[in-house]
Amino acid sequence: MIAAQTPILILLAPLFSGILITIFAQKSKNVAFFLLILGMVGSFSAACNVLLQVLQGSGPIHYRLGDWPPPFGIELVIDHLSGMVLFMVSGAALLTAIYSKHTVEVEIPDRIHHYYTLYTLLVSGLLGMVATGDVFNLYVLLEISALSSYALLARGRGLAYIATFKYIIIGTIGASFYLLGVGYLYIKTGTLNMADLSTMLATPEMHQSPSIKIGFIFIILGIWIKMAFFPLQGWLPNAYSCASTTTSCLIAPLMTKVSVYIMIRLMFSVFSADYIFKTLQWQQFMVWMACIAIVVGSVSALAQRNLKRMLCYIVVAEVGYMVGGVWLANSNGFSGAVYHIMSDVMMTLCLFMAVGAVIYKTGETSLEAMRGIFRRMPITAAAFLVGGFSIIGIPPTCGFFSKWYLITGAIETGQFHFVIALLFSSLINAILFFRIIEIGFFSPFDENGHGTHQVIVVNEAPAMMLVPMVISAASLIIIGLYTRFLMSNIVQWTIPVGL
Amino acid sequence: MDQIPFISATPALAILVSLAAVPLIVLSSKRPNLREFWTFAAGGIKLLLILSMAGWILAGNTHTYELWKILPGLSLKLKVDGFGMLFALVASALWIVTSVYSIGYMRDQKEHAQTRYFCFFAIALSATIGVAFAGNLLTLYLFYEMLSLSTYSLVTHHQDEEARGGGRKYLTYLLGTSIGLALPAMLITYNITGSLEFSSLGVFPEGVSKGMLILLLLMFVFGFSKAGLMPFHSWLPGAMVAPTPVSALLHAVAVVKVGVFSVLRIFTGIFGIDLLAAQDLNTIICIIASFTVIVSSCIALTQDNLKRRLAFSTIGQLAYIILGAGLASKLGVTGSMLHISMHAFGKITLFFCAGAIFVATGKKYISEMVGIGRRMPITMFAFFIGSLSIIGLPPTGGMISKLLMVRGAMEADMAWVLAVYLVSSFLNAAYFLPIVYKAFFCTEEESLFPQEYNEAPVCCWLPPVITATVSMILFFFPGLFLGFAQVMMSG
Repeated sequence: MIAAQTPILILLAPLFSGILITIFAQKSKNVAFFLLILGMVGSFSAACNVLLQVLQGSGPIHYRLGDWPPPFGIELVIDHLSGMVLFMVSGAALLTAIYSKHTVEVEIPDRIHHYYTLYTLLVSGLLGMVATGDVFNLYVLLEISALSSYALLARGRGLAYIATFKYIIIGTIGASFYLLGVGYLYIKTGTLNMADLSTMLATPEMHQSPSIKIGFIFIILGIWIKMAFFPLQGWLPNAYSCASTTTSCLIAPLMTKVSVYIMIRLMFSVFSADYIFKTLQWQQFMVWMACIAIVVGSVSALAQRNLKRMLCYIVVAEVGYMVGGVWLANSNGFSGAVYHIMSDVMMTLCLFMAVGAVIYKTGETSLEAMRGIFRRMPITAAAFLVGGFSIIGIPPTCGFFSKWYLITGAIETGQFHFVIALLFSSLINAILFFRIIEIGFFSPFDENGHGTHQVIVVNEAPAMMLVPMVISAASLIIIGLYTRFLMSNIVQWTIPVGL
Repeated sequence: MDQIPFISATPALAILVSLAAVPLIVLSSKRPNLREFWTFAAGGIKLLLILSMAGWILAGNTHTYELWKILPGLSLKLKVDGFGMLFALVASALWIVTSVYSIGYMRDQKEHAQTRYFCFFAIALSATIGVAFAGNLLTLYLFYEMLSLSTYSLVTHHQDEEARGGGRKYLTYLLGTSIGLALPAMLITYNITGSLEFSSLGVFPEGVSKGMLILLLLMFVFGFSKAGLMPFHSWLPGAMVAPTPVSALLHAVAVVKVGVFSVLRIFTGIFGIDLLAAQDLNTIICIIASFTVIVSSCIALTQDNLKRRLAFSTIGQLAYIILGAGLASKLGVTGSMLHISMHAFGKITLFFCAGAIFVATGKKYISEMVGIGRRMPITMFAFFIGSLSIIGLPPTGGMISKLLMVRGAMEADMAWVLAVYLVSSFLNAAYFLPIVYKAFFCTEEESLFPQEYNEAPVCCWLPPVITATVSMILFFFPGLFLGFAQVMMSG
């Protein structure tokens, strides 16, 4: 029965294609590319299949690795939340894989097969983190994806080595924190299975136990480092902006979002809404922290003259959106955060791809690279605009609706500082993108200062880059238009008990 | 319930027809005549579609059409009622006239990127009709933002330093206020009431505190800053860097009227005028609007650049409309709705004339226009009619709507508003009539235009003549627009 095995195929397809690439693709970059696409398509179609099963069926899908029954063996648990995130991650990885054909050949001319192997390892690590139902297995996969991401990031330009070295140090500290926290939980409960942990932690004694509290603090700190939540965001902009185009297209949209997913997963599937919001009661503080993250991210983005760095700081601000939404501790805020995971993957992907195409064509990385963009690269410019509008939050792009839910949630709990932070970030984003639009639209002036009368030759990126970019841009509008469908069929089912 | 005499998707089609023209315009960019044909075809179809609904609406009905269920419990939907029809009719009719004018102006000036220009004009018109027919606040907000963004490239058409500055100001004010004020106000309203539908009774339940109502009212009034209320007005003079046809249609009709239209929708559909009057909120509106009326008229007096003077005059007239609605009396609101159409025809005439003068002589400043009446008598006569309509003198439509608003002020027992109307009418006369006087009555030595009669191309002087004539016709037959406004207020 192949249908019963699809959950594991999501992880295995990229993993096996990685192995095949190392063995068979040493000579030919085309073979490497073909195997990569094969793996990503396999993974994506398996993810689609599993998501459909979840949507049609009743309750989550449990898959036992090696048929060991939980809690002794490892199991994959795919419910609405993880099904959706798997779909987004594998989809984004497939789009980036198609996109990578040209950029990788230019930026990483030697040992392409090694690069692609790391790519597949990273993707299978990320997918595994989402699918797994075991906290220690999660740690293993976290390290797999982290190690491959260090190697990918280091193959960038300029200060990439130094930036990545910093990231290794900080990332390893984060992973160690997580592992320490898991250790505490294991000592107290004797289990590593999430569902099992959840039942054991639900007792009043456990709620009051300082060891559990310390465990939780270690775990959540580790995850915050991984997702670059303020004030732990320092490593991200350098590491991501020095990376090569393909690497940043792959890592920037996915790493932080998967970390947010893990935060949600651990908060509500291992611990419980009861424990987090009634026993710990950090929500006031956390929403304030999210506000600061949003403001700091937005303002820092404003200070950048480098396209990618600007996008990186936007990512930092967006992490604040999701963390804030989750800690609003009501269903609207939570829905907003989950919906934003979906939309933010596509927004960031769309923008990084558009910027990557501009860098590919012009060789420049500063904002000035966008000069004359509307005439030179009209399709890229259109995709960039859609992505920008979504980040600003202009209807009917999905960015508007995630803000809609987040703000509604904040108003419900009376946390108007979060409303103000979100609106502030929207306004800053409007400035950011219209500053670029100005550069694209107004320069170069000709001698008499009146308009661009001279003919600018259209010099668009190749189709292999345009197609994934346009798909991701279109998906922003489609997600926005189908908000009601997504909310009632997916997001609504992810709302944990007690919200 | 009678069968509606048109297909139910008509309002959606009326919005989409100009969007559908965009690809056709792009494809025929190499053949200007064909390209402009598409604009007219779309304009004609749009007008016909809107007219096909007019009879049904005048009979006191409304028509609702659901576009898309976008959120649980909240959909994008269109609703055609008297007020929406009035505005849609004005905007779509004037689009056609403006397109004639655009062709004359753009070709004569040999402007670049005309294809882009006509494309974005078509998109802007879609957004305008979308606002007119928006059935709830979310739909209205969507089209409102679409209008802000699509007009950006029109405002900055020249793509020079000045255009960049103007465009920057334009977006800063419009996006800044709509995201910063109107959006949260909408969300708070939704959170309190659970509804964003327009209803003449208002949506707020009993027991919402007055402080909250005042806060929301101010957020809405300033949030829709296309209405140009001070202190969020200065985008409008800044946007005068646009080519004149853009200023004419967008900044006398579409964009600014979308602003006041939205504000009026908030008054009549979200708050309900009874609530405004009962909670005494209308006094706040009147004070804000009166301040803008007087101050902007005074500033207009000092402007030498003709288009800037027109811009400040527009700010004043927009505040008039809000003032009329702020009276929260039926006559006042009817008058202010009617003034949307009357002012549109008057002000677009003035802008057309300003553009025609620029095309024919290259003059922008009023001080350089002494004696221009002898050289361009048709244009300046149209200008005269347009000024009369703005001042509110017979035989022009502007008088009818002003009269209604003045009667509304009496009905609402707010005598000081009468004084505002009176003073501002004098100011209007003071900043327009000298232009006309100097244009015609001056000695040979004073005249800066000693040459013979020399009008702008026919595409430039015919549109103002048409709109000026319509302005006069509206004095004698205000029935159509008045009918829509009355249907709205009685329904």
